[in-house]
Amino acid sequence: MDSAKRASAPRTHILDRQIVAAGKGGKPAEVSLSAFSFLFSEMVQYFQDRVTSIADLERKLEEAGYGMGLRVLELQTFRERLQKRRVRLLPMLQWVSSNVWKALFGKTADSLERSTENEDEYMIHEREPMTNSFVSVPADLGQLNCAALVAGVIAGVLDGASFPARVSAHNVEMEKGQREKTVFLIKFDPEVLAREARLG
Amino acid sequence: MFLQLFVVNKSGGLIYNQNLSSAAPRLNSNDWLRLGSTFHSLHAIAAQVAPVPSSGIEKLETDTFKLQSFQTLTGVKFVITAEAGTPDLGGVLQEIYELYTDYVLKNPFYELEMPIRCELFTLYLEELIERHSNAGGAPGGGGGGGKKPAGQY
Repeated sequence: MDSAKRASAPRTHILDRQIVAAGKGGKPAEVSLSAFSFLFSEMVQYFQDRVTSIADLERKLEEAGYGMGLRVLELQTFRERLQKRRVRLLPMLQWVSSNVWKALFGKTADSLERSTENEDEYMIHEREPMTNSFVSVPADLGQLNCAALVAGVIAGVLDGASFPARVSAHNVEMEKGQREKTVFLIKFDPEVLAREARLG
Repeated sequence: MFLQLFVVNKSGGLIYNQNLSSAAPRLNSNDWLRLGSTFHSLHAIAAQVAPVPSSGIEKLETDTFKLQSFQTLTGVKFVITAEAGTPDLGGVLQEIYELYTDYVLKNPFYELEMPIRCELFTLYLEELIERHSNAGGAPGGGGGGGKKPAGQY
């Protein structure tokens, strides 16, 4: 939110503000990247003091993201004034990788792919997740990817919409000279695919 | 042309050092530490013995090299050396400070006052130095013209 806007509405309580309201020019209201980064950094440090392994740290981040995901789902469906619930798998995934992504990060995900090996697995590719913009993972933490928070958000959105899935963030090596990118691996529960098959 | 960069924390400990050119003299890690803390002390003494209110050493110019230092409000000092005749280094130092606030201070794995070991900081520092070297060390060099991802403090 820019300073002009803040100055013009100093007394509106957050609960009194319009929930559908967007920022200027129909674009969603924006939050400072620095503010987010500092908060996220403190979150990671807080969790790091309370876990014993990298896997635990990622799990904590995923849990934190899960709650955010549930709320994001609620808010986005409300903002879009959706009349019907999304019941099919593919439209749901496309909605996550485009609309939800846009609401959260101001851009769509780099790509959405179906796994060639397992039909219950989908992948969302992201070259530079916002959570990782300022993070350099030290060598002793190996494969840790702080985008686990975003994986949790995806899991929360999908689970809230009755598409329970396991979502995890992975690093993928790029050709030399390029930074590694992140892949969110989405593995749906068997019931989702069974339902999908029934719907034909 | 830039020669060397080092960063000293508020208690005089060296937390980062980097040669910016192959022409820079090679120092071993002990020499680096000594250089860092010596500069810190001289900086403090200079501030005290100056006849007018002073914030310490800001610039040194010699026949063979020049040195410029920038102290942040929190007491971290960024010191850069360059060959004699290089235009003002203040702009570069400011940009390095910006990289520090982004890629070091916002990194959850960095502990304050400890040596900087942040891949991204080194990466973007190299890019910054290259950009300035190519631009012929233009003063205050077109800040923000780089392809550094959004970052403001």
